[in-house]
Amino acid sequence: MDALLFRSGGWFCAFLLAVVACMLAVDSAFAIQMGIVAVAALVTLVATLRQADFETLGGRSGRPVATGYYDDVIRWGVIATMFWGLAGFLAGLYIALQLAFPALNLGLEYSSFGRLRPLHTSAVIFAFGGNALICTSFWVVQRTCRARLAFPALARFVFWGYQLFIVLAATGYLLGITEGREYAEPEWYVDIWLTIIWVSYLAVYLGTIVRRSEPHIYVANWFYLSFIVTVAMLHLVNNMSMPVSLFGSKSYSAFAGVQDALTQWWYGHNAVGFFLTAGFLGMMYYFVPKQAERPVYSYRLSIVHFWSLIFLYIWAGPHHLHYTALPDWAQTLGMVFSVMLWMPSWGGMINGLMTLSGAWDKVRTDPIIRMMVLALAFYGMSTFEGPMMSVKAVNSLSHYTDWTIGHVHSGALGWNGMITFAAIYFLTPRLWGRTRLYSLRMINWHFWAATLGIVLYASSMWVAGIMQGLMWREYGADGYLVYAFADVIAAMKPYYLIRATGGILYLAGALIMAWNIAQTIRGKLRDEAPLADAPYDPALDKPIQPVAA
Amino acid sequence: MTEQKIDEATGVATKGHEWDGIEELDTPLPRWWLWTFYATILFAIGYCIAYPAIPLLHRATSGVLGWSSRGDLAHDMRAADAAGAATRAAIARADIATLDPQSPLMQAAVAGGRAAFKVNCTTCHGAGAAGSKGYPNLNDDDWLWGGDRAAIHQTLVHGIRQPDDAATRLSQMPAFGRDGILKPDEIQDLVSYVRLIARKEPASAGARRGAPLFAANCAICHGADAKGNRQFGAPNLTDAIWLYGGDRDGLTATITNARAGVMPAWGNRLDAATINMLTAYVHSLGGGE
Repeated sequence: MDALLFRSGGWFCAFLLAVVACMLAVDSAFAIQMGIVAVAALVTLVATLRQADFETLGGRSGRPVATGYYDDVIRWGVIATMFWGLAGFLAGLYIALQLAFPALNLGLEYSSFGRLRPLHTSAVIFAFGGNALICTSFWVVQRTCRARLAFPALARFVFWGYQLFIVLAATGYLLGITEGREYAEPEWYVDIWLTIIWVSYLAVYLGTIVRRSEPHIYVANWFYLSFIVTVAMLHLVNNMSMPVSLFGSKSYSAFAGVQDALTQWWYGHNAVGFFLTAGFLGMMYYFVPKQAERPVYSYRLSIVHFWSLIFLYIWAGPHHLHYTALPDWAQTLGMVFSVMLWMPSWGGMINGLMTLSGAWDKVRTDPIIRMMVLALAFYGMSTFEGPMMSVKAVNSLSHYTDWTIGHVHSGALGWNGMITFAAIYFLTPRLWGRTRLYSLRMINWHFWAATLGIVLYASSMWVAGIMQGLMWREYGADGYLVYAFADVIAAMKPYYLIRATGGILYLAGALIMAWNIAQTIRGKLRDEAPLADAPYDPALDKPIQPVAA
Repeated sequence: MTEQKIDEATGVATKGHEWDGIEELDTPLPRWWLWTFYATILFAIGYCIAYPAIPLLHRATSGVLGWSSRGDLAHDMRAADAAGAATRAAIARADIATLDPQSPLMQAAVAGGRAAFKVNCTTCHGAGAAGSKGYPNLNDDDWLWGGDRAAIHQTLVHGIRQPDDAATRLSQMPAFGRDGILKPDEIQDLVSYVRLIARKEPASAGARRGAPLFAANCAICHGADAKGNRQFGAPNLTDAIWLYGGDRDGLTATITNARAGVMPAWGNRLDAATINMLTAYVHSLGGGE
């Protein structure tokens, strides 16, 4: 009873504080954001009161304590991952079409490219990727530690608090609230909220590891833990800023000039390194051996590549600032650490792909394995492309062009997207207690739509980016620049159309997946022929007749 | 000591642990992986010796090659400047208004102007110099302030309606409606008249009422025949070229609030050679006089 009073009272206080902040707001955007916080607090208050088991509180009856793993929050996470994934892909497709058809800006500030682009990047990285990481990490840490999740109430807070963070960030972009730092656009109050969520996440995760019944900590957990700890550090340092008013959305960074730029890209590159690489490698290290039913290829490789990856990644950020005001020595270090990062990154790919030794036949029959193989292939490709693009001579051509966009998308669509899809296909029947997925053939359709989409996307952006870089620097024999900036933009249009086509295919694949997952959750099984079967001819299925009677 | 378990498919021993059914093989590091990793480390060390890399107390090591990005840029810029220096100097010295159009120097000036136009002028006049609403098309022979090389040069150097430039192109059309010089229905009559002489509308009662209004208010700058006057930058109203639109709404807005487009005085921003080059290029576009 005390706990219920404490919790509902706390949410009521949060609601009142948000209302006060809303009324005292110095800008209307801050008022809207605080309004969203107030609604969220109110909804949570009502949910807290409605869910209370008053029978138990009154001491009249007792429900048995649930045993086993705590999976509620993972089930919600799967649905949230699917939902935010679709939202993020759709936003991406829309801004891709805006580049080809600028009229789609609609002449409104809210739908302009500048506001929708961070909405897209944050939706796919933090909403889709973040939810996928949180829910799979909760699954993996419980299974590989053979322990129930620590602090289930805190885990629920992490999930719902993270959704509130996403909503605040997304509405903030549309309202024009931004710190102007890539992948860290949300303003100071949202940053503080995310810090609280993240520390709670760390507590749940570490708490579960501490109460493990296995003697050793499985490799997937090293990667997940390094992701949680490092993202906390990156987030705290990069978002150090001073609010203009306690009741306004604007703040100013603690850093200035090139220091600010370096801090931002130290953060920005490690958002890729620890969020999109280390975290998803944690996912890979559990789901690939589980789905393939094979042992991990090399324990030694996993140790060496983990520590070398963690140590080298954190220094690679300055390669985003080649040929800028950043001192030459820092640019050099950013480049050489990126080059040394090549093999540590590939260690993950080797360990993933070679885990399939002895199970390669499954690529033909199991579409989930096929997705994992493609994810690892794109992981390997983009982690080779990254070090190559960090080399100054390459960077002087590739920087500021769409090659960079192609590079991140071969990583994001190919690696992060495909491994997440595979993990969700693995988890859904197990989480909802179904014998199998609604349809395996639909996974096959998803696989091919997504693969074709990625190929169109990446190849068009390679060609477009290299063409763009070459056109910008093209000098004629008379010593003058050949192309105006507008000429280059006009030349990009066909590639923007191909890229948008790739986006349509990728989104179509995700829609097929959403239907498949929804039907699986509802307990339906699609009546379909199996994907592969050994040949069977009933005519031959009889004893060989004697030649003569 | 647990008993060693050998994985059947690969023949490699496992480490003996198991997590949720997952085991790990005791495969050694792939040799090619390890040697490539070492090679990248050696490359990094070599690169750090050759190039600026290690921050010290007051400054960083400069590398044995003595390379710096500023030095690299300065070298490229010097080389580019040296390659074109003689031609640029000759173009800067030349009297662009009288330079022989067939001379190699003029051809070099047009080529240089094409490049300079892309950097400085396309923002308003467009990549093909075709302009857009409010920004004149430079390909046609309709010139507000004159289309010979001397006039283009003057416009480029001093700009249009630049407050700090005494020689800037300056004129001001009155805001006939906003300042109450003409009543709204008179403006509509004037629009009808202007559209009549531009052959965009047939004769009407409004146009007849507009004729004396035009003579009293507009002819002083645009001329009694409405063919314009370059001294005031007053456009020809009888041709089919409209900077701000020749439809009724556009003309009503123009007469009501007036228009006063601006262009920077490029003399403050570009050197004499570049101005001469731009003059030659704009003149060469097709409408040059």
